[in-house]
Amino acid sequence: MEFKVPTMAELMAMGEEPEILFWVGCAGSYDERAQKITRDICKILHHVGIKYAVLGTEESCTGDPAKRAGNEFLFQMQAMTNIEVLNGYNIKKIVTGCPHCFNTIKNEYPGLGGTYEVIHHSQLIQDLINEGKLKAEGGESFKGKKITFHDPCYLGRGNNVYEAPRKALEVLDAQLVEMKRCKSNGLCCGAGGAQMFKEPERGDKDINIERIEEALATQPQVIAAGCPFCMTMLSDGVKLKDKEQEIKVLDIAEITARANGL
Amino acid sequence: MASQIIFIILCLAGIALFSLNARKVIRNIKLGKPESRNDQPAKRWLTMLKVAFGQTKMAARPIPFLLHLVVYLGFVIINIEVLEIMIDGIFGTHRVFAGLGGLYNFLIGSFELLALGVWLGCAIFLIRRNVLKLKRFSGVEMKSWPKSDANYILITEILLMTAFLLMNAADAKLQALGQAHYINAGAFPVSAWLQGLLPADAGSLVMIERICWWFHIVGIFAFLNYLPYSKHFHILFAFPNTYFSNLEPKGEFTNMASVTNEVKAMLDPAFVPLEAAPGKFGAKDINDLSWINLMNAYTCTECGRCTSVCPANITGKLLSPRKIMMDTRDRMEEVGKNVDKHGIDHQDGKALLDDYITREEIWACTSCNACTEACPINIDPLAIIVELRRFAIMEESNAPSSINAMLGNVENNGAPWKYAPADRFNWVEGS
Repeated sequence: MEFKVPTMAELMAMGEEPEILFWVGCAGSYDERAQKITRDICKILHHVGIKYAVLGTEESCTGDPAKRAGNEFLFQMQAMTNIEVLNGYNIKKIVTGCPHCFNTIKNEYPGLGGTYEVIHHSQLIQDLINEGKLKAEGGESFKGKKITFHDPCYLGRGNNVYEAPRKALEVLDAQLVEMKRCKSNGLCCGAGGAQMFKEPERGDKDINIERIEEALATQPQVIAAGCPFCMTMLSDGVKLKDKEQEIKVLDIAEITARANGL
Repeated sequence: MASQIIFIILCLAGIALFSLNARKVIRNIKLGKPESRNDQPAKRWLTMLKVAFGQTKMAARPIPFLLHLVVYLGFVIINIEVLEIMIDGIFGTHRVFAGLGGLYNFLIGSFELLALGVWLGCAIFLIRRNVLKLKRFSGVEMKSWPKSDANYILITEILLMTAFLLMNAADAKLQALGQAHYINAGAFPVSAWLQGLLPADAGSLVMIERICWWFHIVGIFAFLNYLPYSKHFHILFAFPNTYFSNLEPKGEFTNMASVTNEVKAMLDPAFVPLEAAPGKFGAKDINDLSWINLMNAYTCTECGRCTSVCPANITGKLLSPRKIMMDTRDRMEEVGKNVDKHGIDHQDGKALLDDYITREEIWACTSCNACTEACPINIDPLAIIVELRRFAIMEESNAPSSINAMLGNVENNGAPWKYAPADRFNWVEGS
């Protein structure tokens, strides 16, 4: 990267505290496609000049997939270890690159001693747009392009965040088209509830194919996502439908970074 | 006089039988574990008013919403008439509220219009189920009893409304004939059209009027006593069920306090838990679920909105959230019968998991909350699925092998994939 991404350990060594902690998440850390989104979130944070930091190698899984699979022990072990790290650094505000991390830290950590202000990166982008710190200029133009947004379950239904990602798209002056099942009726990509890590049960069809067919029906140029797991499922769907050339699957953060030439 | 005595005995018997059955239902619900949801009473009342009374979540599907609204309003409002029937039945009076004059006419006239609405609504519902065969009303769990149950309810309501209208038609004719006892009262905008179907002589008219009157009231008591055996219980349970709704964000799963104690003790040997560890983690049978899960099961009216939006079900998987609720109720009834016959400690060697709900079903769930969002009365099938998963994982270590691999990775590497924790920050090297 062209700039240095500060870690909490480094800031602490300098006796400083960040305004916000960027919680990267496992997919954002290890998955090649999601790593790009992670870097774009950093570029946005850097661009607007917010004082931020990441945990780097001190970060660990929030425990979300363990909890959804039913392993409460493992979840709470992960949660308490993470809370110890977060509280040790006196963290107040967290932005996550993943709706699953967002939901877990925001809703399930407080009961275990970890209370923070937690936002998803689409909400950060919305706030920055509202504050006038972020526009859509100086980069790729999305003007008039057909974009459809796929609501991640744990952002939408799970936490009632429907407008923030749409706000990030509206500012592009693009043509926002909704799928038949959107917002509170949005159809899952098929990855939630620890499905990401297993083969689907027998059935007629894979869930991501059902979803991608619905997305394709809107004839989009871009399918926008807000979750690294949705990203995997939707990208696979587009590939299987042989539409990779015409349709891009991009995260809200990537679109924002591109529109601003970051 | 004899008819008054018969009437009173009938009412008492109807109410006694219902309270007996209702007590059993409440006993069955109490087979579940305690769970406190008494916080935020103001918000709870508001949720009940909006969701159960105001039916706000029904509006997502406009056609059934309107039809259901008519039947619901008709059912509730026409039951005001039951008050008059009760007084007339006990004291041998006739149309005791007739003294209300214009207001009485307005009420009876409105009841008739609503009765017509209910009649048509139920007829259309029957057509939707049996002629149009809407997909939502089919599925593996909708065979035999559940299918007949729905039809019985609709046919009964049509018969009750028919009796009500025929009774009024006969009454109006008798009023016109100047029969003593049949005082001039009421307005009959709908039943006026039925008068032509009825005989002209007073004797037959009195008989028709009495038969319909008795049919109406006996029907209502029969219906009341049918509820505990039927999906139609939702007309009562919708209210407590929405009051005790989950008010937290849907994405949030409960943190198990029993596990917190053990984890704290593991991380800090000096920690002494306040309460003893429970017998079991998660749920294998209905006794391991909370009373709210069990009340949810009695509340379910099997409309199938949950299943019709379930991504697993849509793509042909076995999982159907409606079936989760129906299985829970069926198993609860079975355990309840065992308790009645053999006492509270009886084990029949069966359980909710495996004998009713299969592993294939619980592992097909994406926990997307589409089902809980779709339910018009805030039933939560996901909560039951999660409890069953918790049992499978924490008590049996019995999960699909890929799930076990994922859990092993989280435990050892702090990530669901097999990557080294030391590589976690490598993304910063890219561009």
